[in-house]
Amino acid sequence: MALYNSNRGGIIQMIIGIVITIIIGQLISLQIFSNKYKLAADNNAIFRRIIYPDRGIIYDRKKRALLENSISYDLVVIPNEARGVDTSALCEILKIDKEEYNKRMVEVIIKNTRVKVGVFEPFLSPELYAQLTENLYRFPGFSLSERSIRNYPYNTAAHVLGYVAEVDVNFLQKHDTDGYEMGDYAGMTGLEKQYENVLMGQRGVKRFLRDNKGKIQGAFEKGQFDTLAVAGKNLYTSMDVEVQQLAEKLLQNKIGSAVVLNSKTGGVIAMASSPGYNPNLLAGNQRRKTIGSLLTDTARPIYNRAIKGQYPPGSTFKPLGALIALDEGLITPSYGFNCFGSYNNCGDPRKCTHAGAGHAANLQVALANSCNSYFLQVFRMAIDNPQYGSAKNGYLKWKEYINSFGFGRQLGIDLPSENKANIPDTAAYNKDFGNPKYWNSCYMLTLGIGQDRMTATPLQLANSMALIANDGYYYTPHFVDSIEEEDQEDKIELAKFRTKQGVTKISSDIFKVIKEGMHDVTVYGTAASVKLPGHEYCAKTGTAQNPHGENHSIFVCFAPKDNPRVAVAVVVENAGYGATWAGPISTLLMEKYLNDTLTAESEKKAEDLAKVDLMPQSIKDWYVKNKTIPLSPIEEYKNDELGEVWDMEMVSDYKPKPKVIDTIKKMIDTAENKSAQKKPVTNTIKKDSAALIQKKKKKITRPKNGNNT
Amino acid sequence: MATTPNQNSFSKGTDLAVIILYFAMITIGILCIFMVEYNPNGNWSSSLIAGKNSYSKQIYFAIFCSFIGIFILLLDSKVFTALANILYGAGILLMLATFVIGKNINGSNSWIPIAGGFNLQPAELCKIFTALVLAKFISKPETDFTKLKSQLIAVGMIALPAILSIMQHELGLALVYSAFIFAMYREGLPPLILVVALSFAILVIATLLVEPTVLAMIITAVSVLFILSMIKRFKRNKIKILVVFSIWSICFGTVKYAVPYMFNNVFECYQSTRIYSMVGKEYDCSQNVKSAATAGKKKGKKPDDYNVKQSKIAIGSGGFWGRGFLKGTQTRGKYVPEQNTDFIFTSLGEAFGFVGTFTFVCLYLFFLFRLIRIAERQRSTFSRVYAYSVVGVFFFHIAVNISMTIGLFPVVGIPLPLISYGGSSLLTFTVLVFILLRLDADRQMVIR
Repeated sequence: MALYNSNRGGIIQMIIGIVITIIIGQLISLQIFSNKYKLAADNNAIFRRIIYPDRGIIYDRKKRALLENSISYDLVVIPNEARGVDTSALCEILKIDKEEYNKRMVEVIIKNTRVKVGVFEPFLSPELYAQLTENLYRFPGFSLSERSIRNYPYNTAAHVLGYVAEVDVNFLQKHDTDGYEMGDYAGMTGLEKQYENVLMGQRGVKRFLRDNKGKIQGAFEKGQFDTLAVAGKNLYTSMDVEVQQLAEKLLQNKIGSAVVLNSKTGGVIAMASSPGYNPNLLAGNQRRKTIGSLLTDTARPIYNRAIKGQYPPGSTFKPLGALIALDEGLITPSYGFNCFGSYNNCGDPRKCTHAGAGHAANLQVALANSCNSYFLQVFRMAIDNPQYGSAKNGYLKWKEYINSFGFGRQLGIDLPSENKANIPDTAAYNKDFGNPKYWNSCYMLTLGIGQDRMTATPLQLANSMALIANDGYYYTPHFVDSIEEEDQEDKIELAKFRTKQGVTKISSDIFKVIKEGMHDVTVYGTAASVKLPGHEYCAKTGTAQNPHGENHSIFVCFAPKDNPRVAVAVVVENAGYGATWAGPISTLLMEKYLNDTLTAESEKKAEDLAKVDLMPQSIKDWYVKNKTIPLSPIEEYKNDELGEVWDMEMVSDYKPKPKVIDTIKKMIDTAENKSAQKKPVTNTIKKDSAALIQKKKKKITRPKNGNNT
Repeated sequence: MATTPNQNSFSKGTDLAVIILYFAMITIGILCIFMVEYNPNGNWSSSLIAGKNSYSKQIYFAIFCSFIGIFILLLDSKVFTALANILYGAGILLMLATFVIGKNINGSNSWIPIAGGFNLQPAELCKIFTALVLAKFISKPETDFTKLKSQLIAVGMIALPAILSIMQHELGLALVYSAFIFAMYREGLPPLILVVALSFAILVIATLLVEPTVLAMIITAVSVLFILSMIKRFKRNKIKILVVFSIWSICFGTVKYAVPYMFNNVFECYQSTRIYSMVGKEYDCSQNVKSAATAGKKKGKKPDDYNVKQSKIAIGSGGFWGRGFLKGTQTRGKYVPEQNTDFIFTSLGEAFGFVGTFTFVCLYLFFLFRLIRIAERQRSTFSRVYAYSVVGVFFFHIAVNISMTIGLFPVVGIPLPLISYGGSSLLTFTVLVFILLRLDADRQMVIR
């Protein structure tokens, strides 16, 4: 029996062998040929958590944090693991419908692929966060992820600080080596954007082992594969949050901007643009709702007018025009001009605010009285300087000076999209004339008083004041004084803010004259009604023509007169007279900075100013977009607003003090002697220009809209 | 040779290879359990002594079982032949007793609590006793196993504990008894039975894979073709047509009616799901009569092929060389349920990869072939039948357990012999092996 069936033993062995072979085959298939198990295992067990570093904090000069980080939670999901989700419950908690749920899932899949984490609902409110934490077990694949968002404790400096938003595909393409991924946040405007690589730090990745219930068991491989998050570095700025807040308050209900510079270092103390917005509205979960309305608002609240608004400087330009002539040796501080109410050397008369004799007997007085004729003359002398041969070359030289004073080019402030405004180059005039030999100084005459095609941003205006305050140089305006733990790169970045710019050869004595003149503006001149408690200061008012409506009110100043520390420029659009609105705003800001406080009277003035509503009836487009002011054709001199009187209050309110009258009389006597010498020159010029102008009137067809570069 | 001096000195005749393999397996088992339970924060040496962890308990079990093994080796082999019937009867009684004093563990009602916090599963012990009693029966001189009557009696002896197991909801244990088919086949069971059983299994699997209707049509077509092709022969012998027709009707009935009925009405929802997932298909529980009754379960329950999915992931992630001892993330993360009992193989697969699993499988193959070799060199029928029973039981456990973990067989509660954690199963296998060793030591004798 036993032997009979012994081959059955063999068969049994064979059966066993076959079964084992099948098993081994399946093992081969699972372990060798199939990668997906390994991946699934990793996905199961290894949880990759992105550690977002704290963004750097921005401090003002007294180490007060202008913005801080606070924690916000996002609801994130890995689409592949979101199976068996109780979608109706989730939709109920989030208050969305099923369609929206599906739509968002698809968005996440498209943005981040199925196996990576994507944000499903950002910036959860604390109630939502609590609800979701409780119910998270019902939603496999979903989890809560921390992120820090910006928080502005002082609700101020929105334009300067900028905002942070999620990166889009274009951004990723431009910064593909910087380690950004979809869903990251980066600075979009302002300092946040300018110093993005300093503030952002470096994200870290931590890998955890996770058990089958999703609970974290511990670090994966003891953290060998983790990368540390590096926190962003802090920025220490020169801003003063109290001055900033005051500036924004004073500019309420007005369109305009204010720039306050520390003239000794170039540091920006305050930069306000109105209308503005509350920066907290663009951080966190409010952004989606607010950004749309902010962008479509015709008053352009997101626009930083301080560095982008382009205004003709008007009278505020006069000191600089004088500087050029002084530097070229064309005049001395004692140069005087006989102005009897208008400038007549260029054909049609150009009006001046003063008609009395001797009001432009020398530089200082001319500045104080803001005599148009004086400065038009000075301008023409610079353009027609025989040293350069032709008006064109003279103009080019003049333009060079202006550029070195910081006009017509970017100053290099550490904010993105600074506008360089406009000092026209020769191309524009060439176009008008066809041939440079037809140019002459009369054609662009009003450049001398800060009109014509010239524009400047409030920052450039403030900077020019710093130049004068420092007797001939300035430091590039900037916000950031220092960066936490500066490394080589940072030092190079900041070095350019620490070198002197625009150094002129003009001696301090000459600057003293200019300063005295500007001081006189505040004593008996156009700014006599504007007082700075505790200090003597220098200023210049300006009124910029606006083809669309009322004049813009401009005021530039610096203080104290001796050893100045602060330079200010304020522009209030469509507000009329410089001294009425821009002036008091400027002095209040200077008072706040210099005295660190406001007197009771000033407080009251501030309150009143803040309440004044100067918004134009219909909010119009920007004064100058990318076109220039249309150049007024010569035929229209007569109707030209340029022929009208500026500083209207001067005519009626100006009543010179007796002592001043005597001084002027004396000056006139001396000036008359001098002007007698100069007469032939001026007459020649007058004749030439008149002839030329007649010629041109016939020859050239002027385009209605001058085209400037 | 036949004399007694060798009876008590077992050291010469005992098969060393089996003993070495036995201890090797136990050691591997303890290592695997250690891997499963590894907690990097725990102090393993203190818990080792304390006996709180499974692996330390397993070590104590192993020591205990070694003593039992030695004790068995010291017994006289005639003890087994003499006690076979009595032991079998006692086993059946114990199984009946569990209905009365049984304790419910893990959903099955088959445990009897013993002092000291240990639990005994009579069904496990019955495996041993059934093997013994089967050997005794077949080795009786008057039994002619080629006769149907003897075969049926043998089947009855095997079926009794099996049915009792089913009644205790231990489907896996019941299935084990089918392993005795090896022994029966070796002794004279007609091979036709094996063929029929195999074909039937293939048919059932085919029904799962292919639409029942389509399959029924295929069977019909095949039968018709077969008849047509053999039409000449069938004309002579009409009975053959009848045979073919009856076969066809059985197949057709199975495919179209029996199988769906089984899955929808007999099996539980989870069982059907498991079987379907084995062939990679989804089972719609709504068709299941039993699950409809318990509808409205809480959502978010794990899908019923979760065990196998996780097991496959764990094994698959081992790759070729494995992730390393104690470095398996699936094991560490407790992703595979029942990992120190039914799914212990996964920890091996993840840690040591294909190299590990292949070596392990070959080790067991070698073990089985060694047992068969022992079986074949027995002179007495009792020993041989018993040996083949042991082979069958071991093979069944190994094949089913590993196939379970790699998705070739639906999940049933079958442990991996000598590896899975569990005192009862370790004891059973130890006794099975050592009785065989004892019988083998006396292989020169003919034992009745």
